[in-house]
Amino acid sequence: MTGWLLLACAACFALKLAGYLVPASVLGDARMADAAALVTVALLSALVAVQTVGGGSAGAGEVVLDARLAALVAAAVALLLRAPFVVVVLVGAAVAAGCRALGWG
Amino acid sequence: MPPATGSAPSAAVRQGVWVGAATGLYGISFGALSVAAGLSVAQTCALSLLMFTGGSQFAFVGVVAAGGTGLSATAGAALLGVRNAFYGLQTSPLLGARGLRRLAAAQLTIDESTAVAVAQDEPGERRRGFWAAGLAVFGFWNAMTLLGALLGDALGDPRRWGLDGAAAAAFLALLWPRLRQRRARAVGALAALVAVLLVPAAPAGVPVLAAAVVAVLVALLRRPRPEGTAGERGGGPA
Repeated sequence: MTGWLLLACAACFALKLAGYLVPASVLGDARMADAAALVTVALLSALVAVQTVGGGSAGAGEVVLDARLAALVAAAVALLLRAPFVVVVLVGAAVAAGCRALGWG
Repeated sequence: MPPATGSAPSAAVRQGVWVGAATGLYGISFGALSVAAGLSVAQTCALSLLMFTGGSQFAFVGVVAAGGTGLSATAGAALLGVRNAFYGLQTSPLLGARGLRRLAAAQLTIDESTAVAVAQDEPGERRRGFWAAGLAVFGFWNAMTLLGALLGDALGDPRRWGLDGAAAAAFLALLWPRLRQRRARAVGALAALVAVLLVPAAPAGVPVLAAAVVAVLVALLRRPRPEGTAGERGGGPA
């Protein structure tokens, strides 16, 4: 298994490095920079969605509505009220923990 | 790594450290899960040091725990690592790192460091946010992995403490400034929707990637001739 493990680590590093090997002239192109920025927003938005309602540790399988969704909604409300970053994070934690302490999610 | 500009840490650095602490605590779960899956403490720590991308690591030990082959564990880890390649496209011009520093930047290119970087408006803050979050997550994640591997899940289920709620809230807060723009907001909403629809149908890693591709293609196709509206290289709000 150690051989596979090291191969998997190498594959993950190669993927991370790939973005850095694209020439600066390509990445400096306005359309390319625009697309890269949109891709990042799309990836992080999809990630938030899957982390919030995805079942299983890696987010695969089924859609589960639980304390995570309540935490995300509470965080969004905090952001609309212009709460500072740390407060938003603590609200998310408190709402998720509170829901579970009450036996939901 | 970035030069400190004053005595007090900047907003980006503080965000990075908070994200590092919240994410890092999950390392204890990873360490415990990995040892329970049958990997040694050394193998577990090697994953956090060398792979250092949480989704891929959980996917790898998940396959091992289920009795899968090394090949399928590796394929699962790689699939979840693909999004880091896309992050690099945005963080590379932002950081302008060369040589060894570029290799370090690549290793630290994960969801958290990218999210903290793009949450900032000013180029210097973006760089500081990337390094602060990347290094904070690296430190906390590896220390907690070792702890979890040695002690098991000492904290109990981290969900009891609302750690997953904290992570979701942190990512939303980091995305928030970008969502002020209508186009980015539409792309984000579409990506989130497609990802949720794909969750029951596709293997781990695929929903996020496919959703992002669909959302960005729709955005780019809807605007065939962008004229001078694109973000500047490495600067300005994305």
